Amino acid sequence: MSDWYRDFANSGVGGTLTKQLGLPRPAVLRRYEPGEPLLPGPAVIGSAEEGRLREQLSSVLKDAGVSVLSPVAADGSGDGEKLAAVLLDATGLTGPADLAAVHDFLAPALKRLRPSARVLVLADPPSAAPSPAEAAARQALDGLVRSIGKELRNGATANLIYVPAGAEGSIASPVRFFLSGRSAYVDGQTVTLAGADVPAGEDDDKPLAGKVAVVTGAARGIGASIARVMARDGAHVVAVDIPMAGQSLADVANEIGGTAFQLDITAADAAPRLIEHLRERHAGVDIVVHNAGITRDKLLVNMDAERWNSVMAVNLQAQLDITQALLDADGVLKAGARIVCVTSQSGISGNRGQTNYSASKAGIIGMVRAWAPTFAQRGATINAVAPGFIVTEMTAKMPFGTREVGSRLNSMQQGGLPVDVAETIAWLSQPGSAGVNGQVVRVCGQSLIGA
Amino acid sequence: MATTEKPATQKPAPRRAAIVGGNRIPFARSNSRYAQASNQDMLTATLDGLVARFGLQGQQLGEVVAGAVLKHARDFNLTRESVLGSRLAATTPAYDVQQACGTGLEAALLLANKIALGQVESGIAGGVDTTSDAPLAVNDDLRRVLIQVNAARSVQDRLKALAGIRPGMLAPEIPRNAEPRTGLAMGEHAQVTAHEWEIGREEQDELTVRSHQNLAAAYDRGFFDDLVTPYLGLARDQNLRPDSSVEKLATLQPVFGRVLPPGAEATMTAGNSTPLSDGASAVLMGSDEWADAHGLPVLAHLVDGQTAAVDYVHGGEGLLMAPVYAMPVMLARNGLTLQDFDFYEIHEAFASTVLATLKAWEDPAFCKGRLGLDAPLGSIDRSKLNVNGSSLAAGHPFAATGGRIVAGLAKQLHEAGPGRRGLISICAAGGQGVVAILES
Ligand SMILES: NC(=O)c1ccc[n+]([C@@H]2O[C@H](COP(=O)([O-])OP(=O)(O)OC[C@H]3O[C@@H](n4cnc5c(N)ncnc54)[C@H](O)[C@@H]3O)[C@@H](O)[C@H]2O)c1
Repeated sequence: MSDWYRDFANSGVGGTLTKQLGLPRPAVLRRYEPGEPLLPGPAVIGSAEEGRLREQLSSVLKDAGVSVLSPVAADGSGDGEKLAAVLLDATGLTGPADLAAVHDFLAPALKRLRPSARVLVLADPPSAAPSPAEAAARQALDGLVRSIGKELRNGATANLIYVPAGAEGSIASPVRFFLSGRSAYVDGQTVTLAGADVPAGEDDDKPLAGKVAVVTGAARGIGASIARVMARDGAHVVAVDIPMAGQSLADVANEIGGTAFQLDITAADAAPRLIEHLRERHAGVDIVVHNAGITRDKLLVNMDAERWNSVMAVNLQAQLDITQALLDADGVLKAGARIVCVTSQSGISGNRGQTNYSASKAGIIGMVRAWAPTFAQRGATINAVAPGFIVTEMTAKMPFGTREVGSRLNSMQQGGLPVDVAETIAWLSQPGSAGVNGQVVRVCGQSLIGA
Repeated sequence: MATTEKPATQKPAPRRAAIVGGNRIPFARSNSRYAQASNQDMLTATLDGLVARFGLQGQQLGEVVAGAVLKHARDFNLTRESVLGSRLAATTPAYDVQQACGTGLEAALLLANKIALGQVESGIAGGVDTTSDAPLAVNDDLRRVLIQVNAARSVQDRLKALAGIRPGMLAPEIPRNAEPRTGLAMGEHAQVTAHEWEIGREEQDELTVRSHQNLAAAYDRGFFDDLVTPYLGLARDQNLRPDSSVEKLATLQPVFGRVLPPGAEATMTAGNSTPLSDGASAVLMGSDEWADAHGLPVLAHLVDGQTAAVDYVHGGEGLLMAPVYAMPVMLARNGLTLQDFDFYEIHEAFASTVLATLKAWEDPAFCKGRLGLDAPLGSIDRSKLNVNGSSLAAGHPFAATGGRIVAGLAKQLHEAGPGRRGLISICAAGGQGVVAILES
């Protein structure tokens, strides 16, 4: 799906024109390609007071072959190279006064960013702060990072990772994700890590090698993209969709060397059938992506029971039932399993005409948070991903004006692509993401809606 | 995970071929949803659906055997061309067979026998037919002229040859669903048999309604979710009428009966006869070891099969009665009686054919006189017959019916548990019939 305006704004004439008229200038985002380096240029690592993550951050970057420059001086002098990433270890903050150091470090560095650069701040979570002053400083970072996200241009993103004591071993995979092209459309997000047994020795090219992944709603749209990315990352994908969608489901499965499993996830026996299939054919499952979802829009006052019930059944109840059945079935959910539930921006912000849809999607968030401790006990995780405006065949059918406005109401000034959602889900599915649990990650380019 | 077929290096003791699963496209009515699809299109799509279901992308199988009853000249290597267009490894050998409506089951028997003898480890048996994209033959006289034109050496000679074309030659020859030796439509033959066996209109209509109801119920309970892949926007068999009723069927006019004796009642209608249809089916089979090595299930084994033919031209036997003859031979060889089965699949070419077949097996005089049996084969429990619907409801793209039945019965037996037996009986044009036994 082409973004005509983005392409225009990046052309010779278009570039001049949009600049002079002060129009938005959406960038061509840096997206992940297998084999590419983590970052296309050097990074700097700074810290506010004495942080405890510097060493670790340096070694994550070193392992990825990123060259780390010394922080840019306040006057902007340095060795002149443009930065692909700016990392700040803010775990040393003790109160609001320390935030000045944050400003001192970031301001000059942000002047020297390359296109699609990354700003990543790591701090202790406010909830665990020993004093109100410390909680204030930690929470302040949230506002700061979100504002930086809005200030940045040219495809750059800013995100925040809260690292509680004991979760230090969990940072490598999230740090790599937020720096890489996989997070192209993830902006202004906060993720809180947990301590976990993180397996060592990740294969960066095929992080999902040997894994069996179920993706529901895989016949088209975002689900098909998730299936492709999972397969690219090494997983065997069991592509699930309603029998009606079987022909395109088979095409997707054949394209990626996966298998097609036609199943209406709302059928009374859907969970036992899926479990039987996974047992018989794959001796279990490592990853389940609950992506299938439907909309049946109407104002609440005009909504019939059928619209309400069908949306609840597909979007929420099926996710609950299948997940519960997987937990109950002996030996099917493999050690270190990953569940990723697709929710929506509408589940966070609400949307006119989508009471049923928003309720179902908000319900998913509640479900994921409630289940996280259960999954943690099994060394597994469950997370939610909330897409914003994602360009699909569905949005291509929207009226031109609505689509154009909808797609620009975010810090990236463009709609996201299905692959952006898929990359985030594939990241959460990695063995190395063991410390990311019960989180809701928005893939919305820092949408203004529900922010 | 591209794998290569590894045939046995030593002759194994004969073994039973395993049925792993199947795939078909929904069957469409003639000149409707699949009007633009060729045999090769449909067979390729069906193979690809099977590949997707079982993760066979890039794999080399022992062989693919399939066929079509109505074929274009360009379809001479239909199955091999379909394999080349599919996601299977291009190194998978393939060949065509044709035994009219018995094609699909005969293909499964051929493959099963090769697996049993260790000549292949895995393979696909299938069939396809279109009555929409049927081959039109050029009028024989025109064909001769065109061959002369082609052979002519000079322009003058060519023009001279072309001048031999007469308007009458331009009418194409359309293939007909008629027996070449009698000139009678298959339905006419079946109507005569129905009359001889005194098969009434109402029992035919009742059987038809059950076929529709059973097929609809099977779809509703998701039975076909792993047996069918939608094609060109069709997700269920187009001929299926879930609300079919004896009352509605009773309003239809008989369509055959041209050669009935005076005063005999014509009982066969468009409702209780299968319609012309388009579609394709495929069954994945292998040795138990092959299935196990690929993490694939074994639904059932193909135990045995038997073919028979009758002389319907001069021998006074009904065109579609050959399975009646094949059955006792196969049962005796396996030490089984007609009642030793949990499910029966009798292809519903016409409702009357199924009923005449059952009646013949129950008839002491017939069984003694024609089949040479001391006692009749007896009757079957009708509640075990065509439990997931059959051709009257699904439609009957000739060569595709065998694969539909084999895969469906194998799944039904698997669901019922180990050690269950199923029986298949399929009649075919030319006075032929194929029967087979499956066991879970
Ligand atoms: N496209 C967006 O902008 C956007 C934004 C936010 C959230 N989402 C969410 O992302 C997910 C995918 O959306 P999409 O845009 O790709 O939608 P889509 O309609 O293109 O695809 C959804 C798929 O789910 C399948 N499905 C529906 N009901 C099913 C059932 N009962 N059983 C099995 N499969 C079923 C459909 O057949 C379809 O193939 C949905 O959960 C949606 O709510 C999308």
